Amino acid sequence: MDDFIIRALLAGLAVVLMSGLLGVFLLWRRMAYFGDTLSHSALLGVALGLVTGMSLNLWVIAVCVVVALLMLYVQHNPALGSDTLLSIIGHSALALGTVALTFLPNVRVDLMAYLFGDILAVTHSDIVLTWSLALVVVGVMVWIWRPLLSLSVHAELAQVEGVKVWRISAAYMLLIALMVAVAMKVVGVLLLTALLIIPAATARRLARTPEQMALFAVVVGVCALLAGMGLSLQLDTPTGPSIVVSASILFLLMQLLPQRGA
Amino acid sequence: MLAGMSTTQTVLAKLSHIGLNFGERVILHDVSLEVYSESVLTLIGPNGAGKSTVLKILLGLQAPERGTVWRMPGLRVGYVPQKFHLDRLLPLTVARFIGLNLPRHNAAAVRDSAVEVGVEDLLPQAVQSLSGGELQRVLLARALLNKPQLLVLDEPGQGVDVTGLSDLYQLINRLKLVHGYGVLMVSHDLHLVMAATDQVLCLNQHICCSGQPEAVSRHPEYLRLFGDLRPAGLAVYTHHHDHQHDMHGCIVPLPADKQEAKHG
Repeated sequence: MDDFIIRALLAGLAVVLMSGLLGVFLLWRRMAYFGDTLSHSALLGVALGLVTGMSLNLWVIAVCVVVALLMLYVQHNPALGSDTLLSIIGHSALALGTVALTFLPNVRVDLMAYLFGDILAVTHSDIVLTWSLALVVVGVMVWIWRPLLSLSVHAELAQVEGVKVWRISAAYMLLIALMVAVAMKVVGVLLLTALLIIPAATARRLARTPEQMALFAVVVGVCALLAGMGLSLQLDTPTGPSIVVSASILFLLMQLLPQRGA
Repeated sequence: MLAGMSTTQTVLAKLSHIGLNFGERVILHDVSLEVYSESVLTLIGPNGAGKSTVLKILLGLQAPERGTVWRMPGLRVGYVPQKFHLDRLLPLTVARFIGLNLPRHNAAAVRDSAVEVGVEDLLPQAVQSLSGGELQRVLLARALLNKPQLLVLDEPGQGVDVTGLSDLYQLINRLKLVHGYGVLMVSHDLHLVMAATDQVLCLNQHICCSGQPEAVSRHPEYLRLFGDLRPAGLAVYTHHHDHQHDMHGCIVPLPADKQEAKHG
């Protein structure tokens, strides 16, 4: 197998591992919009990185973390009208990033690569970064699993029972911000939320417990990654969208099965 | 202002002169109350009277703008919230739900709690499959798991059918004798909880009136007052017809000459 395919697979596996674990909570907490806002904002990070000539990854992480904290603040102040404001933040950042990129002198930017991903261009350092973050995400998720599940079921009940709701929420949102920063390479900012949502939704049919659902979400993500890359290499289709198409097909197939558990 | 409780009872939590506004709108004005161990305090009042807000402030879920909140240090609280909805996409059994906040899963403790409220048969079921009455009991089982000193119940009777209602309040009261917890409860089913309530506090942004009805069984003469409170069936009226908004003020207007137990 070619080297670039192995690199792509390695990075992709780390990303679907993260997206599976994080995605189920995005579903349970009805926070799909959160993924969109964050991933759209990532493009502003790219633009800032190119403008300043500094590390793209660092800028993307920085922008995502700032936006995540902003969203956390908005979420805890319902008077601000969260959905609308989040939509404004996300799309403004996406538009601003796109506009900024076109003004850059002497830089030829492949906008499509950022919008839809360019997994076949993954470098060795990307793999190291992606897997490092994946380990952080897995570690923190295991650590905060119980309180995060509890507050996803009922935040006030969790708080009364001693869960530090604000801190756990913040930790979870920061993890998504980190994941977005590295997953951008794989599926791009426009389809990133799909990678969080579709495998998790597909896994629901198979799962009897929250943990099973997260595990199956990772498995579905791996299947979609392999199928999508296969599709892409065979038919020369863009890889990121092919992965998402594969995930969607898996989701549709799964709807033919009767639902287990609840 | 609710002084006069037996001195052997411990004050579990106390609100003093609580005030809260949302913009121009007064939500709560000068609300004070004390919750005692082994004692049931029932909050009644029309929709939008701020009953749930009082509970949330006492629980520390919401901060008041004025006044002070005091809870006994280390107080263990069991809470049954007013609104509970679990997303269908979250696969969760009743057993898992009841024990969700245990640091380590403890099947025996979960079962004990479920047996106490009579939901042990529901343990393997999905939370989303429960009826309204079953859900309230399951929420109660979760609230009891932590061996609470204070139970805070926000309309524990919602979605429970009439026969089940009486059972539920009897259960809460019976378990009170077992565990010795204090109860702060919002209820619309006044005719049912009255016999099991040590104090009633009528709220409509401010405290309209408060009383300490004695248990009906022990004090037959109190039946008269209980009878007088029958119009408080009006509270049930708001419960079943809560789209009507023609009620104002206190829904338990005790005639002044019959307010034997009223303080402040």
